[in-house]
Formats: sequence, structure tokens, C-alpha cells
Amino acid sequence: MRWLNSSVPMGMNRRHFMQHAAGASALLGSSLALGHSLRVHAQEMKRRHKSAILLWMGGGPATIDLWDLKPGAPTGGPFRPISTTGDVQICEHLPRIAKQMHNLSIVRSMSTREADHARGRYYMHTGFVPNPNIEHPGYGSVISHELMRDRDDLEIPPFISIGGASQGPGFLGMAWAPFTVSSTGRIDNLDMRIDDARLAQRMKTLELIETNFIRQNRGSAAVDHMKVLSKTFNLMTSQQMDAFKVELEPQPIRDRYGDTAFGRGCLMARRLVEIGVPFIEVDLGGWDNHQNVHDTLQNQRLPVLDQAMSALVEDLEQRGLLQDTMIIWMGEFGRTPNINANAGRDHWARSWSVVVGGAGIRGGIAVGATDAEGRQVITEPYSAEDLMATVCKGLGISLETTYQSKNGRPMKIANGGKVIQDLLA
Amino acid sequence: MVAWMGLAMGLVATSRAADPPEPDIAQVRLINAAIEQQWADYGLRPSAVEEDGKWCRRVFLDLIGRIPNYEELNAFLRDSNPRKREVLVERLLEDPRYTEEFASFWAANWSNILIGRSGGMDRRSMVSREGMNKYLRDAFASNKPYNRMVYELVTATGATKPGVEGFNGATNFLIDKVNEENATLATSATSRIFLGMQVQCTQCHNHPFNQWKQQKFWEFNAFFRQTRALRRFVPGTRDIDYGELVDQDFAGEGGRPDEAEIYYEERNGLTKIAYPVFVDGTEIGRSGYVTEVNRRQELGKLMLQSEFLDKMIVNRTWAHFLGYAFTKPMDDLGPHALVSHPQLLDALGKEVRKSSYDLRALMKWITLSRPYQLSSRITSGNQSDDPTIGEVPQFSHFYLRQMSAEQLYQSLLQVGGQAKGSLAQQQAERDRWLRQFVVAFGTDEGDEATTFNGSIPQALMMFNGDLVRRAISIEPGSYLYGIAMANAKLGDKVNHLFLAGLARRATTDEQKIAGQLLRVRGGKQAEALQDLWWAILNSNEFILIQ
Repeated sequence: MRWLNSSVPMGMNRRHFMQHAAGASALLGSSLALGHSLRVHAQEMKRRHKSAILLWMGGGPATIDLWDLKPGAPTGGPFRPISTTGDVQICEHLPRIAKQMHNLSIVRSMSTREADHARGRYYMHTGFVPNPNIEHPGYGSVISHELMRDRDDLEIPPFISIGGASQGPGFLGMAWAPFTVSSTGRIDNLDMRIDDARLAQRMKTLELIETNFIRQNRGSAAVDHMKVLSKTFNLMTSQQMDAFKVELEPQPIRDRYGDTAFGRGCLMARRLVEIGVPFIEVDLGGWDNHQNVHDTLQNQRLPVLDQAMSALVEDLEQRGLLQDTMIIWMGEFGRTPNINANAGRDHWARSWSVVVGGAGIRGGIAVGATDAEGRQVITEPYSAEDLMATVCKGLGISLETTYQSKNGRPMKIANGGKVIQDLLA
Repeated sequence: MVAWMGLAMGLVATSRAADPPEPDIAQVRLINAAIEQQWADYGLRPSAVEEDGKWCRRVFLDLIGRIPNYEELNAFLRDSNPRKREVLVERLLEDPRYTEEFASFWAANWSNILIGRSGGMDRRSMVSREGMNKYLRDAFASNKPYNRMVYELVTATGATKPGVEGFNGATNFLIDKVNEENATLATSATSRIFLGMQVQCTQCHNHPFNQWKQQKFWEFNAFFRQTRALRRFVPGTRDIDYGELVDQDFAGEGGRPDEAEIYYEERNGLTKIAYPVFVDGTEIGRSGYVTEVNRRQELGKLMLQSEFLDKMIVNRTWAHFLGYAFTKPMDDLGPHALVSHPQLLDALGKEVRKSSYDLRALMKWITLSRPYQLSSRITSGNQSDDPTIGEVPQFSHFYLRQMSAEQLYQSLLQVGGQAKGSLAQQQAERDRWLRQFVVAFGTDEGDEATTFNGSIPQALMMFNGDLVRRAISIEPGSYLYGIAMANAKLGDKVNHLFLAGLARRATTDEQKIAGQLLRVRGGKQAEALQDLWWAILNSNEFILIQ
């Protein structure tokens, strides 16, 4: 609990802060002592941490036009398939990703039931269908909760959501909520503009008021508030915040990712992986193409996706990070095989695709298949739970992990989904 | 500045007065009986009545959207009338001094319900937030009957923006919801917000968990098919200035205006026909000619007859004050919904109708009911009553909840956070501040979320943002400067800040830490108070409604 528990020494490891804070405690006297033995972690972050990056395609992308083309079928649309470095074909408008497909695999047999945005977003993020009486934690909260156990050195939030809202922490509590940043990486209100000693004194005063209130037993919201304050304080005083500054990257690398919000988000994700953040979600919206789906894909969505996603995979591989970093590409559902009267495709959950790679996932293959028009899955169908179980397995998270929801109900991680065995390397 | 110091000294510490007597209002007794019955059924012992100071803070926040100022709080604490809670509610609802704040607060709440927090912010939007606000402020200031307000919102025609010809602020509700995708947004928003019917899933298919069928969705949708939103541009540009909502003859998708039908496609590929039919099965004329059948006006009339209109406003208002509705989610009253207090919801719905949809009366019944008087302290007799873990709420203690962004902003204005500049500049500053928390999901339905949810960005804003920075300013003329300069003991000034921020006096250890702050600040009282005030404003106790 870092500064918040006055009965134990503070476990902060920001040297620059501590030098000032030590002085502050002397000034304030014993009752405000900030801690006697200031633990200072000098060691640099050790690599070999597992991480996951979720590329979230908000709106529900027409996967039939990207990853599971049906050329010549009435449902096929105008795009042609091209060969890749893997044993799969993908859309002609994803030429750069095609060169990375030896690292990525497609699951073509996703079959789910939630075709409403809010419900689909919830289900794909949590592995549970929405339930009015309980809020389940999303991918980022679950995975960061599990992977944080070996990450004492991480001073910034373990779950970062770039350019989107992601999914909340549910019953895991606000301490596991996504830290939402825009793709510019600019974090507002980071600086209190007072010296560190005074900051420490303010924090001690705040701690007293917080604790007094919590003691009155008025509910968990009071406790959650204090946990978030602790994380906020750690973040404010951390040099790891530099990871958000994509402008520190060399120009050629920034160019490689593309001068788009999604490109900057993907580059930021790589920087966050490097300092040990276990889960990052990068949002690319605009896939809700009820109208003019192929124009929109060819001219807007696919160029952005192709550039940034291919750069991310390539960059991670070149830095030796891909073997420990899981990449998941998905939206809340796919889109109808039928092309509607507005040249668009509507919501469709029965047969669609997701893409995964890295961190123990076999690359270059397509798992499962749909029929000739993409209307039905003709192999074993997979669900959000199955995908989540596979991701956990790849990241070395035990599928026996069970949570207690706040009312004591046991909840198995990934809702008891079964691992998609073909994807394991 | 001298006056307040005397008050602080004369104050009795936040002692608990005797329990207030039950108000002589039939609807309050109705609520109390129903809620108490379920306490007995579930073996729950309610918490004690909340301390007067905390209750005063609660009812100010919930009725007019801000914490009480120091003078208002003290006046309430010093009042020895056993019925002072009734007096305060009456004053906040009816005293002209509070009308503007009351109306602004409820207008902001309803703007968020009707057009979302991001409504009108997109370049392509025809919504005028100002127009929506103006309509709602007038409605709440004049206590417009709720059924009248719903009818106006559903049937409105005219221009969205104040100051242009034909302005009708009520048009802002539907202006962005009728043109795209055959008015499916108008369909789902109107049925969900006013009738508690969740139909968005049934647009495409029959839903397994919902008794609504696809046919019903399109029959409801047919009511909106005469309606068009016309873009009006800034002269000489292609920038949208505002919109105009009009009713036009609808030829029907089959090209027969006498029998103006719409088509929709079932999952199996079959095409079906739909005409306007209300959710209870009532059909209206099928003509698409506005002069023969004005479909939205027919819809408005049918909605006003529906008991769901009554239940939905009760459920929404109850949730506003008690933190949880009788159903979850609050805007789902479908046949599958689990209702925590079904008879009470029914009975209150009928009372609302009998009162001619007097929303202030409904607010009064709820704020004077027993569950609203209770403390948020959880006891061994009611700790199982915990909706945060998924239990059905029994309201045996008050549930903590975070202030809304609007409540926080207005509260901080009370205690030094006022921005400089003209009224218009201050309004712009407020809008800018509120916008920073909105995150859109990038779907056609305009789904959005808020980062004002107790997360780190919110904590950073409270730690270091401009608003709190202004509130803790010690420049001459500022709120804290006035207190620091007053001729009084530090202990009284500390109590003043705790009362102003948290509606209670400081504890012994809090007084002690204030003294220590003064020492480390080298005796500079303004700076010590600044540190203390920063901590008070950032505390859980400040941002939580208790």
C-alpha cells in the first residue's frame, strides 16, 4: 500500500522523491514519519516479463473481408486474397501484415451470440455474457492482476488503454481499472508544481482523512478510493512515465508505425511492454460499417491497420520481445456475409475471425473454417472463453485460477473456456 | 468574514439529533411501509438516522447538485425544529433562491440522459447542447408536468438552436437520431428512456432473453418514419450550424402513401412488413400523410397512457436519490426484469400519475422517506444488504456513491473554484472541464463511457487540475485567503474548512496534523490551510455522497 500504511515503512522506490521526502519526515515529526528504512530498488527492470497487447477493433470489423475471404461467392465482396509468409491467405489491402503472417495466426471459427455493441464488447472482453447482478473483470484487469505478482518494480498502472475506454475491472475493484490515455501519450494534470517534501506532507494529511473515513465502515467505495490514490501517487513520481512519450522514438521508427493515432498507440504499446507493463489495449474504432463497407475498409481502416500492426509485430520480433508478448486482434463481432442495400454489412456474431500471435502462439496458420459463403462455422466453433483461455495459457497463467466475486461466488478465469490446442506452439 | 467565526464556535459538534418524525405525507408512509416490510422479511435492521450535517450535504447534492455552503449548513445544524428536514427539502424545491440551481442541475442530468455527454460535440452533429439545456432548464424551473415534457420531446418540430427562427429546444432529443439507419436510434432511445424497454437487440433478431420481438421493434420504429432532420449550414460553408426537425409525408417503402409500410429482414432472409403499432398492440392509421396521421403525435399520446411511463420515471428518480433503482439496469422494466420492490414501484407510479406528473412532489416523497434518512454506516444488522456484490438492494443503509462530474464541479465552485471571466466564459470553462472525461466507443450508436469513475485520471485531475488549483489558491481575494486572514484561532479555521468541505468538524488527530503543517510551513497559516484544504478536497469523504 506504499505511503498509505503508516505502520510499515514506505516501499517507494523513486529515489529522487525519497531524498526530499526523508527531509520532510524529519520536519513533520514522529507522527508524520514517512518511514524509517527507505527501500530503494536500484536494479533496473528485468526483462523476460510476459505481456499482452489487445488491438481492439471497436464497432465490429468485417472479418470476411480481412481474414477469411470468399472470392467469387455472392457474399464475397470485391477484395482479392493474397499469399503471406504464413500458410494462410489474407486481404490484398493488408500487404505489410502479409509479410508478418508467419508470426500470426487466424482463428476463422469464432462463433458467438452477442451482436449488440455493448453486449458484444462486454462478452469479448470478459468471457461472460452481461449479467445485471455482477460485473466481470475484462481481459486487461484479469491479466494484469495475474502478471503483476512478479512485477514489484512497475510504478505505473499495469493496465493501460490507449485511445479507447476498454472494459472495467468489475469485481476486482477500481485498483485494476484501465488507465486510459490518448494516443498522443499526453497525460493531463501530472504535475502538482510544489516540491516533493510538501507533496509528501499533503499526502500524509490526506491519508489521515481517508483512513478516518474508512474506519466508519460506510462501504467499499471508500477503500477503493484510497487504493487509486496510492497508484496515482506512484505514477506521479515515476520516471517510467517516459514510456508514454512516443516522440522520444527515432523518426524512422515513428514513420514505420505510421502517422496515425493507432500507429502512435501501437508504438506506445511497445514502449510500455519494454518497461514491463503486463497489459495494453490499443483502440482502433470505425469498423461499424453499415454503409459502404468496402470503400471504408480499402481507403480508411485497412491502410491504418496494415501499417501499424505490421510495424508492431516486426518491431517486437526484432527486439526479441515477441516471444513474451501476446498480440490479440479482435472486435466485438464480425459482420454479415450478406451485403445490405447500402453496400454495408450489419452485425454478425455467428461466424467470424480473430487474430493472435506471439508469446507461445504458433504463427502462420488458420484454425477452423467457415462454409463457402462464410455463413456457418464448419469446424469446431470457438467462443470468447476459449480465446481467453488460450491467451492465458500462452502467458503462463494457470487456468485453475479462480476468483471470488464479492458475494463469494467462485469464478473460474476465462469462464472455464477450453484452450484452442492448434494455436499452441 | 467575522460572522462565520462566531458560528463555528457556537456549533454543537455533529451530534445526532432525535430521529425526525415521519412526515404527514401519504406517499412517504407508502414508501416507508413497503421498505420496512422487506427489512422485516429479510431480517435486516436499518442503520441509524444519518447525522444532520451529512444528511444536509446529501440532500443539497441530490436536489440542487452541490454541497451546502458554510452558512447554509450552519443554519440547518442550528435549527431546532424537529421537522427541519421537511423544511429544507421544501426550501430547496420551492424557494426562488434555489430555482436556478435546481433547474440547471436537473437540466444537466436530463441532457446526459437525452443526448449523452458527447451529444452535440461531433462536427456532424445537429444537436445544440445550449438549446437542449435551455428547454430543460425552463421545464424544471416551471415544474412542467413530466408527461407534458415527454410528449414535447417525442413530438417536437422546429430548430435546435436558440436564437434562430422556429427554435424549439425539445427537438435536440431526436435531431441526431432519425436520419441514419431509418431512425433506429430514435426507436431504441425513446423506448428505453421513457418506457424502460430495451429493444436495441431486437432490431436484427428475436432476442432470447427479451420478450420483445423483432416485429415489435419495427412497428415502434414505424412511428418515426415521417420525421426528418434537415441540416442548416453556417452561411457560405459546409459546417453544420444547427438542425431542423420536420414531419414529412412518408410514402412507405412500398411506395403506397395511403398504406405506408416499412420492410425489415429476418435472420433467415425473409422480408417482413411493419406498420406503426404501439407496444401494447394498439394500432394507428397506416396513412403516411402527415395531415391524416401524425405518427409521432399518435406515439406521444399512446406513451402517455402507458403505465411504463409512470414506472420508469419513478425508477429513474429513485435511483438518482438512493443510488440503486428497483431494477438493474435502471432502464430495463421488461417482463424478464427482477424488481426489488414490485408493489412499491407500481403504487408510486400510480401516485405520480395522480399528482399530474409533479416531479418535485416525487422528489419530496423520496427525500423525506425513511430509507433516505438513514446513515451510510453499515452495521452488523444490515451488512448483507450490499448491492455492490450483486445483492438485490433493500435500502437498509444509505449506499455510498461518487458525486457526478457535474456535482463535483458545482461543489468546488462553492468553495473557491470559481473561474474568472464573464458568465459565458465560465460556462465554456465548465463545458470544457466536463468534456475531458468523455470517451466514445466509436460505434454508430454513439456509445460512450466516462473516465470520471474513480480511476487514476480522475485522481490526477483532483490532485493537480486547474479547478482544484483555483479552489486552493491563497491569492488575495481568494476563498482561502479570506479564511487565513480572519482574526481567529487556527483550530476554528480548521473546523471551518472541515465543515465547508465535509459537513463535520475536525477530529483531534486532524487538528493535530493541521498544527504540524503550520510548523513545517514556518508559521505561514495560509500555506498550511492550503495543504489541509487540498487534502480535504481530495479525500474519499469529499467526493463520496454519504
